[in-house]
Amino acid sequence: MGKTLAEKILSNKSGSDARAGDIVIAEVDLSFVQDTTGPLTVRQFQASGFECLINPTRTILFIDHAAPSPNSALSNDHTLLRDFARQHGCVISDIGDGVCHQIVVESFARPGDVIVGADSHTVTAGGLGAFATGMGSSDVAIAFGLGKTWFRIPESFKVAVSGDFPQGVYAKDLILHFIGQIGADGATYKALEFSGDAVEKMSMSGRFTVANMAVEAGAKVGLFPADEITQAHLASQGRGGDYQPVSPDADAVYEKTIKINAADLEPTVSMPHTVDNTAPARELKKIKIHQVVIGTCTNGRLEDLSVAAGILKGKKPAQGVRLIVAPASRRALLEAIEAGYIRTLVEAGAVILPPGCGPCLGLHQGVLGKEESCLSTANRNFEGRMGNPRGFIYLGSPATAAATALTGEITDPREVM
Amino acid sequence: MLKGKTFKFGDGISTDHIIPGRYAHLRSDLPELVKHVLEDADPDFAAKVKAGDFIVAGSNFGLGSSREHAPLVIKMAGVSAILAKSVARIFFRNAINLGLPVLICDTDKIDGGDELEVDLSAGTVKNISNGSLLTFGKIPEVMLHILNEGGLIPYIKKHGGFRL
Repeated sequence: MGKTLAEKILSNKSGSDARAGDIVIAEVDLSFVQDTTGPLTVRQFQASGFECLINPTRTILFIDHAAPSPNSALSNDHTLLRDFARQHGCVISDIGDGVCHQIVVESFARPGDVIVGADSHTVTAGGLGAFATGMGSSDVAIAFGLGKTWFRIPESFKVAVSGDFPQGVYAKDLILHFIGQIGADGATYKALEFSGDAVEKMSMSGRFTVANMAVEAGAKVGLFPADEITQAHLASQGRGGDYQPVSPDADAVYEKTIKINAADLEPTVSMPHTVDNTAPARELKKIKIHQVVIGTCTNGRLEDLSVAAGILKGKKPAQGVRLIVAPASRRALLEAIEAGYIRTLVEAGAVILPPGCGPCLGLHQGVLGKEESCLSTANRNFEGRMGNPRGFIYLGSPATAAATALTGEITDPREVM
Repeated sequence: MLKGKTFKFGDGISTDHIIPGRYAHLRSDLPELVKHVLEDADPDFAAKVKAGDFIVAGSNFGLGSSREHAPLVIKMAGVSAILAKSVARIFFRNAINLGLPVLICDTDKIDGGDELEVDLSAGTVKNISNGSLLTFGKIPEVMLHILNEGGLIPYIKKHGGFRL
């Protein structure tokens, strides 16, 4: 009997014939933390009695969630991480480098890797065929020291996407639609495995957007096969040698198959306060928006900034709308500068934040006021997420975000394209 | 045997409800952080909860972020176990790693304020307030070993690695 992507990767990394439901101890190829989970990881690592990292060049501390630091307490946490990196010789990614998940897929993750990160959106690297999943600080501390962790091999849902995306409809709309259908706990503990002709044609940027949000359906991983598009992505980052093809067996066994025709999709929005509370953007026309955020690990890549700049070129946000753009990485920012997108966005009234998590998690750089509404390209709209339990967060694609900035109410981007 | 009073919550209590990102600056100051536990779901919870009490919730408890501070502040507040219809994956693993039991059972039969007796080894929940008896789902063996050692760090210190 054939194997799913999850079974294949975890069999390989555990040296066993692993099937859904089995518990294995697997090698970890890359482990990382960020600045809000890292200090606890450092303390747990020390409490475990480890004296050194097992693989310092594949251990990364990211300072991205509160970067640059907005207050002294977080500055002290950053100092703790920098000191640990100096002492143990691991990689530190400091302020302005960008969001951990984007840097992982640009510079570190390889198809077939097992990756654990103390951040739930670690699943992003599933876009290039890595078994990448979020864990807590203690689990990652142990992976730092042992280079191994335990996994239950997940059952897999096959998500087969066929057809062509209509104009104005993107990978973000696909994943929001999917989560709306299956629910925020519809894939708890499962692996989502994406396939179909629409997936074969999908850009790496789109694959990362979809994989990034697998956790919003409760999934452990969101996996894509590694193919020629993956190979081209790695080569463009100077890492062509990291490529290996990864694909499921034709006779792999899935718990469920979900079929989606991309041609049927519309610009989709998640409404407060859950990601699975979705509706077509066109049905939300009268909802007034005070702040638009374009960026984050979900949609802060060059392709996203290109779509937003295309819609906003030569225009201005509606009166009373604040437009915030946070590129996902230094590389995405530099490429967007070279392509002219940053100039276009600044001329269109955008505030450009340093590469990083920006206002996504409510720490700084765009905290909502009471009764204010935000349309964000991020991945989460929980109550209080953007720093104010009395704020309202809507999620959509960069195109929906840009169109909404122009009108000041939630707008189907096809109306302005 | 665990004994205490229940605090009841609904479905979809996220890690942002349990400990919002806006308090990230307190994550290295746990006595301050714990004052905000579940603030966005029940602003009075931190003041009312007593050692030994239980959190009783609906489905998908702890969805969202990987922040281990979510189960950590719940444990520090004195909660002896979480009972829910279902729990998000990362939260479940984090709670067990800290030695905080998470028990999956039909929580519709438990009201806020009920007195419970939980027998971890027998897998039963006795509701003193209404006389009912519930059973909870088995915790996977590897997690049970971690829980029985008081959490992941004591487990690793004792065994030097994972043992299946």
